[in-house]
Amino acid sequence: MEANTRSFGRLPAAFLTPGSSSFMDFLSAHSPELLPGNRKLPDGIVEAPHGTTIVAATFPGGVVLAGDRRATMGNMIAQRDIEKVFPADEYSAVGIAGTAGLAVEMVKLFQLELEHFEKVEGEQLSLEGKANRLSTMIRSNLGMAMQGLAVVPLFAGWDIDREKGRIFSYDVTGGRSEEHGFAATGSGSIFARGSMKKLYREDLTEQQAATLVVQALYDAADDDSATGGPDMARRIYPIVTVITDEGFRKLTEAESSEIARSIHERRLEQPDGPRAALL
Amino acid sequence: MSTPFYVSPQQAMADRAEYARKGIARGRSLVVLQYTDGIVFVGENPSRALHKFSEIYDRIGFAAAGKYNEYENLRIGGVRYADLRGYTYDRDDVTARGLANVYAQTLGTIFSSVGEKPYEVELVVAEVGETADADQIYRLPHDGSIVDEHGSVAVGGNAEQISSFLDQRHRDGMTLAEALRLAVQALSRDTNGTEREIPAERLEVAVLDRTRPQARKFKRIVGRQLSRLLQAPDAASAPTDVPSDTEE
Repeated sequence: MEANTRSFGRLPAAFLTPGSSSFMDFLSAHSPELLPGNRKLPDGIVEAPHGTTIVAATFPGGVVLAGDRRATMGNMIAQRDIEKVFPADEYSAVGIAGTAGLAVEMVKLFQLELEHFEKVEGEQLSLEGKANRLSTMIRSNLGMAMQGLAVVPLFAGWDIDREKGRIFSYDVTGGRSEEHGFAATGSGSIFARGSMKKLYREDLTEQQAATLVVQALYDAADDDSATGGPDMARRIYPIVTVITDEGFRKLTEAESSEIARSIHERRLEQPDGPRAALL
Repeated sequence: MSTPFYVSPQQAMADRAEYARKGIARGRSLVVLQYTDGIVFVGENPSRALHKFSEIYDRIGFAAAGKYNEYENLRIGGVRYADLRGYTYDRDDVTARGLANVYAQTLGTIFSSVGEKPYEVELVVAEVGETADADQIYRLPHDGSIVDEHGSVAVGGNAEQISSFLDQRHRDGMTLAEALRLAVQALSRDTNGTEREIPAERLEVAVLDRTRPQARKFKRIVGRQLSRLLQAPDAASAPTDVPSDTEE
């Protein structure tokens, strides 16, 4: 067997060597150059499009995760219809703020990592395990983050064992913290968080939770120039995803436009959005 | 000093083939059939955890008869091959044909290399297409040869008998329930022609279902859904057997 490392045609010995169930571990042993974290960067600052605001909120029975559609490069709007929220697997999703190119690549590797584990082991990782795996990936990106290419995800999923929706947020060093109720990340997150703080209740329905996160994105876009609001003219609406015990579901364009439009209508009369009680 | 005995290459290969075949024959046979909406894998397997069938990639499934540690090793090699290929190029660039070729090379090299003992396994690699015509099923015996199959295929000790039984009865456009019951019927026939009963809990069943909305078409059929499919009285009164994801 040892004579056959890297021979063409037959599976290389590394493929048949018993080892870990992690695709990333396999890659780092077999083709380390394919891992994003192993790439060498030149000195200096690299200008690349950045994605902005991701928000999430739990409701009894699940969790919603949503993101705006704008990518910016400095003052410029680089893309108006970028997607920053992706399914990670059947029961979880990840939304990414930060350097768009790296973030999308990280999501692709993360999806593969979860799928690979599931295929090899015959069962899924726990939600906690998935969240920890994402931590490791962000940590491996720290070198690039120091040069301004940070990736800061928000991870949400349905915990099959505990039977509830859970949200995890991260910092650039891979530090992970579980959030209760709602969370936001990205440049507009301060405004989104303020908005959700006033509107969030523990007994929201799925539909109300979806409306809540779009309200928060609207408020983020209102005050943060890097976050895009619903673009009525071009028909570009936020991406809203819902994860329940039935799995991951992305709202159709009709559904998300319906929510965005009704919020927009109300804001034409009341630009600051719904009012919370003073006491 | 004694001279080693001369063994002709023909004899050496025949011995190795016999060794591998005997090993494979110790395990139970399994069958893979095409049905209207995809490909179904059926085998007798008392274990709930150690599978004979599994997912390799979106549209590609794997089935194996023979020695568990050897085919498990090949299965994981295949998953790594497929995931690496999909990651490097694109998910569409992972094909059953490519995977079957790699397995054939691997098995062939092991079979003919003197230092290694031949693998006691027989594999099936299947890919479900957009239509039944685009389905691909490859059978890979222990020596690394590769056979392109259509309709139905059986591997394992009893394979020849089961194959001829299936060839006579399998037709295109069967429903899942029909194909499943035919497969169970084929598996329950013993070498001497007598039938024995295989209870549902000893069956391992999986499908590659092209109607699944997800990109990953592989699904295990267990529990209530399995017993319902096995019990469906006949084709005419059988309900449409679209495997539902909620029921497990």
